[in-house]
Amino acid sequence: MASTIASTLVVHPAPAGATPRATHDPAWVRWTLTAVALLFLLFFLVLPLAAVFTEALRRGVGAYFAAFRDLDALASIRLTLLAAVIAVPSNIVFGVAAAWLIAKFQFRGKSLLTTLIDLPFAVSPVISGLIYVLVFGLQGWFGEWLLDHDIKIIFAVPGIVLATTFVTFPFVARELIPLMQAQGADEEYAAITLGANGWQTFWRVTLPNIKWGLLYGVILCNARAMGEFGAVSVVSGHIRGETNTMPLHVEILYNEYNFVAAFAVASLLALLAIVTLVLKAFVEWRYAQSRRA
Amino acid sequence: MSLAATLPRTPRRVLPGFGLSLGFTLAYLGLIVLIPLSAAFLKTAGMSWDEFVTAVASPRVLASYRLSFLASLAAGMVNMFFGLIVAWVLVRYSFPGRRIVDALVDLPFALPTAVAGIALTAIYSKNGWVGRWLEPHGIKVAFTEIGVFVALTFIGLPFVVRTLQPVLLELEPEIEEAAASLGANRWDTITRVILPELFPALLTGFALAFARALGEYGSVVFISGNMPMRTEITPLLIITKLEQYDYRGATAIAVVMLVASFSMLLLINLLQKWSRRYHRI
Repeated sequence: MASTIASTLVVHPAPAGATPRATHDPAWVRWTLTAVALLFLLFFLVLPLAAVFTEALRRGVGAYFAAFRDLDALASIRLTLLAAVIAVPSNIVFGVAAAWLIAKFQFRGKSLLTTLIDLPFAVSPVISGLIYVLVFGLQGWFGEWLLDHDIKIIFAVPGIVLATTFVTFPFVARELIPLMQAQGADEEYAAITLGANGWQTFWRVTLPNIKWGLLYGVILCNARAMGEFGAVSVVSGHIRGETNTMPLHVEILYNEYNFVAAFAVASLLALLAIVTLVLKAFVEWRYAQSRRA
Repeated sequence: MSLAATLPRTPRRVLPGFGLSLGFTLAYLGLIVLIPLSAAFLKTAGMSWDEFVTAVASPRVLASYRLSFLASLAAGMVNMFFGLIVAWVLVRYSFPGRRIVDALVDLPFALPTAVAGIALTAIYSKNGWVGRWLEPHGIKVAFTEIGVFVALTFIGLPFVVRTLQPVLLELEPEIEEAAASLGANRWDTITRVILPELFPALLTGFALAFARALGEYGSVVFISGNMPMRTEITPLLIITKLEQYDYRGATAIAVVMLVASFSMLLLINLLQKWSRRYHRI
């Protein structure tokens, strides 16, 4: 989507010589529509974001920071980072491999493969967790074998990492596939013809060409990895200080009516969302510039 | 994306890495996605037909389908209407802060669903910023069906806007000029020229928002109150069954949802193909 969103920066110039009445909206329409759009966004986007910080600071700055002295909160932050640090790089490697395969080669079943890669986006988060319970849970396919060998996957960290990997699976691939398809393979052919080997071609020709698209996918992938709730909730088992990620910790605090602490941890996630949006806008801007150059 | 593959007709596989990338892609896809997903279908295949029907068509489950379907439908329609206005305003008009507003549209993608859930609950509960104005008029949002609808509207907001924006940008000013020079007024131009052009994209955006809303969990469970038969969405019911160790019941409902989602995915793919052909003229 990078290319499409980036291009919103270009505004249609007023067509010279056309009758303004029929190709341009009258001022009152412009004002009304702009007001309606902004009000809608105010209610549905700005208010929730503002509410997170207001609720977190309701009892003052002291109570806010006290929420982060809690060892369970710190453990949840560590676990969220750990899950993202494993899931995101795995999906980067996959995304690059899949995009290389789909964009640079012709083979049968390509469109089926592209559809299958998008599959996790169509699956409800809750089901994304459930399927791993069915495979690795006590009653699942490998349940008894895992129990005999004393390996815990469900209600433990590996399950959380797997569920996170599943829900963030398509992000990098779906960003890179259309980009690399549009770029074609001419530059790679040239590199190979001039004597470069495959890895040299990838690192020195392909990667510089796709870096903004890749970064864009990584940013989105990471935001989802750190914020995932439903899928992780099913496989976590909610053991405080052990298998709670930040979103799960928010839920526990909230259900205990510890609202200030819940919103304090939530405010960190909201900050992450804001940073994500800023980075995303920056990457779109750089991408638009690199295309104009 | 209407980006046609522009591979030149050179002999295939001049570039290295076909075997490696094919092997890795298929292995990773199989291990992370396909094998675990097949577990849901295989588990259900082991159930008898009667057992399956009891699991997926009990009154409580049916009530959850109705809520999930209707709330997602309503949220999708509202997003279709306001998403059209937002996309139009962002593409066609310029006002101070437009780029910030444009970036903000993606907030529902970036904000963790649990955070959205508790924030919306805080706003719409009795003492909240919006709730305190609605409650005296007898309108309860938090812990009712309306709350579910509000959460699903939030979650689906970016889809219609982001699907429409590129189409609006590609819309050539010439067709509006042509309509105008042939004597159409602005209203005619919009309803007879622009809207029909936008229709496939509008429908695609709606379908994407609807599909996302059907499976949504995190943002809904806090605001819905989760009352059986009334404000219980289908994904929550799966969690409830799992907590009661009713794995077969949970999986059976999951399979019904998966079939619904995959049908939506197919429909969306067809819509996008239609939309693309529509705009290639």
